[in-house]
Formats: sequence, C-alpha cells, structure tokens
Amino acid sequence: MLKFAYLIILFPFIGFLINGLLGRRQIPKRWVGYIACGAVFLSFLLSVWIFVELNGDIGKYEGMPGVRVSEGGRSVEVEAYEWVPSMKVMGGERSLRIGMNLQIDPLSSVMVIVVSLVGFLIHVYSIGYMWEEGGYYRYFAFLNLFMGMMLTLVLAGNFAMMFIGWEGVGLCSYLLIGFFFEKEWCADAGRKAFIVNRIGDFGFMIGLLLIVVVFGTLDISDVMGMIGSGEAGGIEITLIGILLFIGAIGKSAQIPLYVWLPDAMAGPTPVSALIHAATMVTAGVYMVSRCAVLYVHAPAALTIVAVIGGLTAIYAASIGLMQNDIKKVLAYSTVSQLGYMFLGAGVAAFGAAIFHLMTHAFFKALLFLGSGSVIHGRKGEQDIRKMGGLKRHMPVTHVTFLLGALAIAGIPGFSGFFSKEEILFRTYVSNKVLWLVGLAAAGMTAFYMMRLVYLTFYGKARFDEEEQHVHEAPRVMTYPLVILAIFSVIVGYVGIPKVLSPGKDINYFEHYLEPSFEAHEVAAGMGGEKIHEGEDEVSAGVELMLMVVAVIIAIVGIYIAWEMYLKRPGLPGRVAGRFMSLYRLISNKYWVDELYDAVIVQPYYFLCRRSFDFDTWVIDGTVNGVRHLTVGLSHLSSFNDKWVVDGMVNILGYGIKGSSWVFRKVQTGLVQSYATVIILGTFILLSIFLIFI
Amino acid sequence: MNLEIAHYYLLVSAIIFTIGVLGVLLRRSAIIILMSIELMLNAVNLAFVTFSRINHSLDGQIFVFFIMTVAAAEAVVGLAIVIAIFRKKVSTDVDEINLMKW
Repeated sequence: MLKFAYLIILFPFIGFLINGLLGRRQIPKRWVGYIACGAVFLSFLLSVWIFVELNGDIGKYEGMPGVRVSEGGRSVEVEAYEWVPSMKVMGGERSLRIGMNLQIDPLSSVMVIVVSLVGFLIHVYSIGYMWEEGGYYRYFAFLNLFMGMMLTLVLAGNFAMMFIGWEGVGLCSYLLIGFFFEKEWCADAGRKAFIVNRIGDFGFMIGLLLIVVVFGTLDISDVMGMIGSGEAGGIEITLIGILLFIGAIGKSAQIPLYVWLPDAMAGPTPVSALIHAATMVTAGVYMVSRCAVLYVHAPAALTIVAVIGGLTAIYAASIGLMQNDIKKVLAYSTVSQLGYMFLGAGVAAFGAAIFHLMTHAFFKALLFLGSGSVIHGRKGEQDIRKMGGLKRHMPVTHVTFLLGALAIAGIPGFSGFFSKEEILFRTYVSNKVLWLVGLAAAGMTAFYMMRLVYLTFYGKARFDEEEQHVHEAPRVMTYPLVILAIFSVIVGYVGIPKVLSPGKDINYFEHYLEPSFEAHEVAAGMGGEKIHEGEDEVSAGVELMLMVVAVIIAIVGIYIAWEMYLKRPGLPGRVAGRFMSLYRLISNKYWVDELYDAVIVQPYYFLCRRSFDFDTWVIDGTVNGVRHLTVGLSHLSSFNDKWVVDGMVNILGYGIKGSSWVFRKVQTGLVQSYATVIILGTFILLSIFLIFI
Repeated sequence: MNLEIAHYYLLVSAIIFTIGVLGVLLRRSAIIILMSIELMLNAVNLAFVTFSRINHSLDGQIFVFFIMTVAAAEAVVGLAIVIAIFRKKVSTDVDEINLMKW
C-alpha cells in the first residue's frame, strides 16, 4: 500500500480539478462541497492506512522497484517517477537527479494525518460557513489545491518537491486570503502575505542551491545521511541551516517577517483556521524538524532558531494582549505559538516541537472555527468589544471554544499542557533565559485567551440582543467543532512526559518520532547523544517543579483576566490610563508595520517612482531622441531622393524632351519638306561622289 | 540617232524633270503636285526612250510602258486620296495636310 502513497496527494488535486473546471455551472452547489470533502477524507483514510502500515512490518517492501527502506527500518521512500533525469550541474562537476519520491517515516506519517484530519474537518465546516458567499466552487477548488500542496510538502522526499509544496501553499494562501477580492483591503492583505513570504522563500531557494552545491543531491535522506556520517560539515552547514530557516521565518511568520499573518485574517475564517493556524504556517517548523540532523550539526543555526522562536513567542503574545478583533487575537496567538515550536526545535527538542505543532493544529483550528461561528452568529461582527454574553445563544460554540482556550493556556489535562511543558522543560535544560521568556509568554497566552473568552461569551451583552438575533451555527459547522474539541483534549495523551507516569515510559509520540530525528548514521556519530544531552542530568523533581511553575503562571494569567474583564470591567481602562505610553506602544503593535512602511515600502516606492521617472525621461527620451533623429535623417534622405536623384533622372528626361524641340522641326508632316531634304541629300551625296571619286 | 541630237533630248528631259521636282517641292496644291510627278515620270520616260535609241535595245521602251502603267495606277490612287481629303477639309492645300506628323 505504501507504493500508492502518492494517491494521498493526488486526491485533493483531482478534487481541485473537478471543482475548478466544472464547479461553476455543471456541478450543483451541494456536490461541490461533497467532492471537496470526499477528496480530503480519502486522503485522510489513506494516511491512517499508511500510518498503520508503517507501524507494521515494512521489511516486506525491501527490494521492491522504486522503494527504498532505510537501514533502521523505520522509513520508506517511494519513488512515483523520475522527475529530472540525471543531469550535469555546476559545469559538469556533479550530476543531479531529482525523483518524485515520497518519504514516509514517522514524522511525515504523523504530519499527514494531522493535516488531512484537520483539513477534512475544516472542509466540512466550510460547507456551512461559505454557503452564503459567492465563489463557492472557487473556494473549495483552492482549498483542495491547498491540501494537495500541503501534503506534497509534508510527504516530499527531496527538497525540490518540498519546494513545490512550499510555493504551492504560499500561492493558495495568497488566493484564499484575497478570496473576497472585491474588497481592496482583502486583496492588499493577500498581496502582502505573498510578497513577505517571497522574501523568506528567496532565502529558502538560496539554501536549496547551496545544498546542491555542497551535496550534489536534493534528496533529504541522502543529505542528512551525508551530514550524519561526517562527510560534510562546517560553515556551509550552518549557512544552509540559516538560509532554510529564513524560508521558515517567512512561511511560519516569525520576527521579522511575521507582519503578513495578522493581515491574513482578511480571508474567510476557515482559511485562517486551516492555512494560517493549523497547516501552512507550521511548514517552517516541519521543515526544520525534517532537517533535524542538519541543525544538530550546525549549533549556530540552531541557536538562531531558538532565539528567534523565543523572541517571537513573547513579542506576539504581548501584542495579542491588546487586540480587539477576535481573529487578530488568534492570529497573534498563532505567531506566538509558532515561536514556541521554533523554541522547541531550537533547543533540539524536535519531537516536542512537532508534538506542539500537532496539538496546536487541533486547538487553534478549533479556536478559529469557533471564532468563525461567533462571527457567523453576530452577522460578520469581529470586534470583541461589541460582543459578550454569547454563552446563552451559542452553547456548543461556547463550550468548544472554552476547551480550546484552556488547551492553549496550558491547563493540565488538556493537550496544550503536555506539549508546552515539554518545550519549556527542554528549553530550561539548555537555556534558562529562553525558558523565562517562554514562561512569560505562557502567562500572557493564558491571559489573552481567557480575556477573549470572557469578553466574547461571558458578562453582559454589549450590543442590542433584541435587534441582533444571535443564533447557534448549523450542525455542519458545530460537528467539526465538537470533534476538534475532543481531539484538543485527548491528543495530548499520546505524549505524556515521563515524570507524570512513574515506572512506565508512555511518551509514545516522542519514541515514535525518534527515528526521524536520529537517522541511524547520526546515532553512530555525535548527533544521537547530543539531542538528549543534559536531559538526564535534570532530576525528575526539577521537571515537576517546572510544570508546577508553568501551571501557576497560566492560572495567574487566567485569574488576572477574570479580575479585569468579568469582576471589575472598569479596570482595563484604568490600567491603560496608568501606563498610557506602554499601552499605546503595544496596541499599535509596536509600530512595526509603520516602521516597515517607512524603512522598506516607502523607499521602495520612491525608488520605483524614480525609476519610472528615469524610464520616462531618460530611456524614453533616448528612444524618442533616436526616433526624432531618424525622422530628421529620413527627411534629409527624402530630400536627397526628391531633388538629387529624381533631379538627375528628370534632367535626362527634360534633356531628351528639350532635344525634341530641335528634332520635332524635322517632322513637319509636310511632304514637300521631306522631299526637299531628300533632294538636298541626293545633291550632297552626288557632290561628294563627284568631288572625291 | 547620233549623240549630238541625243544630248538635246536628254537636256529637255532634264529640264522637264527639274520643272517637275520644283513643282513638287514648291507648289501648294495637291493636284498640281500630282501633275508635277507626272511631269517627272514623263521626263524620265523621255530619257529612257532616248537611251533606248542610242543603245539599240528595246529594254528602255519596255520600261517606259511599265512606268506609264504604274504612273496611271499611281495617279488614280493619288487622286482618290486627294478627293478623300478634299471631302473632309474642302481644300487641297498640302500645308494643311500634315497628317504625317502624327
């Protein structure tokens, strides 16, 4: 069955083609949704199947054509077909061959399941959410295309294919953010996302080229194997790591390229849930984890990952404290959580990073869909200052949203708790400062999430309830919410830390993923031990203490939120008044957008205008000058033609015409004059005859 | 016939021929020109006959007959043309008949 893994990618693409080509007229609206959801559901089933296969005996695939089983026996590479036949690169120094190969290992199998499951639920939710909107078929076609691209990215066995997926999801992100393109700010947001991502992608691309130069192959497992066995190393590896991470910075919205993600909320809410929370933005984390071996051998690059991640986590969380748009809060929360994942990856806790990625995918998708449901119920209102008391009107949304919020806040028992603790613990082991940063961000996270919940669902309604009839969303929307809520709670239990399960080691997730991060070559070298270096030095007591501290911080955050937004609603205003300058700084998002505008966008526009002027005056001037010169010359040439050449010809004509004046006299038409001439001629001839002979 | 007398004949012939030539060249009327042509032909006939007598051969006489015949035919054609032109222009003035110019 693993041989048919590419079908996972193919199904959404087929759905995209069917809906994209026929959805406008031929297919009834109801069926458009069925086709799109069906395609993703098939992918999901296949993913589960592959997961099961991978956990079974994969030895039987040994020696099959187009299949490579790693020596460790936990990873299978399937080649669908040869994409780029072996060709000479770098002036014939090396040959590069790129196959369409899928890498199926613990990491990608988990990712595929998460992506297709969350994707499927969001597809179902979209049927209800987008029912009233125009371009229904277009929306589902793009959504399917996105799924196909994301699955390509996840399953890619080589960097070239990963890049296809990488760019493909970027494209779909652009298309879907700008879905309501009639509104200019939506189109602008789409463009912004695309352009900012392009900066990161450029770094990614250079990284890929550098990989080709250094390794002569783009196959991920080959590259990692080479690094693991110490064939390549040193500064190039660090450089490649940094360049690839620049790509991740763009795609995963880290400092300094995070500005597009909050704006991306202009797209439909399910899009925000699927692309800008659960899947695409985590591609960067996935990619870094995929290249775990590389990063482990490039400590400098890894440090950069950790620092950027930590900074982003706290920075975005601080902005999230003051946002008043329900989706913007979630957007900054997403940026912050992505920061967490990079923090985890940056301290070589790749398993923890992916674990958090997975849990985050579920609860953040849930939160976004919940916010979508709220927006749906409030007829498009997104400002949480105009909400409140929705608990009574939307019970299902309320409960599921609350569960999601508790999960992200890190309350014990919910999924977010396990993954966040894991990251914080690993960070503590390697760097205390970053741990403090993470901790502070965790407190903020708890605060702003609960602020969001309180302002939206609790307290008194801050709008006219009689006039604005709020209703619960239809079942097609609430069922996905419920399913996601269940997952948000239970998915954490696949990775219970050792401390909480004395005597048994039931952190299945961690162990399942290990083969992906420690290729057998690495285990032989330095990587294997290095990843878990220092973990055992920290006693179980310390780990427990860290957990307690983190939970206390989260509870304090929740308590403050409760105090400020439920108990004493006047308090936030007073606090804001006290720290006015700080409040202004944060509520204006540190003026980063304005800074970018001033430092990059405006100078760029200036450059554009100057270039345009240069074009207009210099280039066009030159061209026009040449034109005028040519016209002038042609005038001269025509003068020459008219008067000199034609003159000569005419002179000949006039000469002949003039000579006719002379000779015309001969032709009088008078017979007598002819006769006279004949006679005269005769006389002359006779005279000559007589004189000379 | 001796040569002295033949000289006079030839002289007369030359005079008549010259008169014919001058007539053709100088007169305006087409009819007169035709008559002058007849004069020249007759002058030549006279010369032929004279030489025929001197040389004791009949060839000249035969030529004369032919010339007479041709002259008659030619006079007919010439006069026909003149009449045709006269019908058109009511004149026989050769200065006005410059059709050959075109």
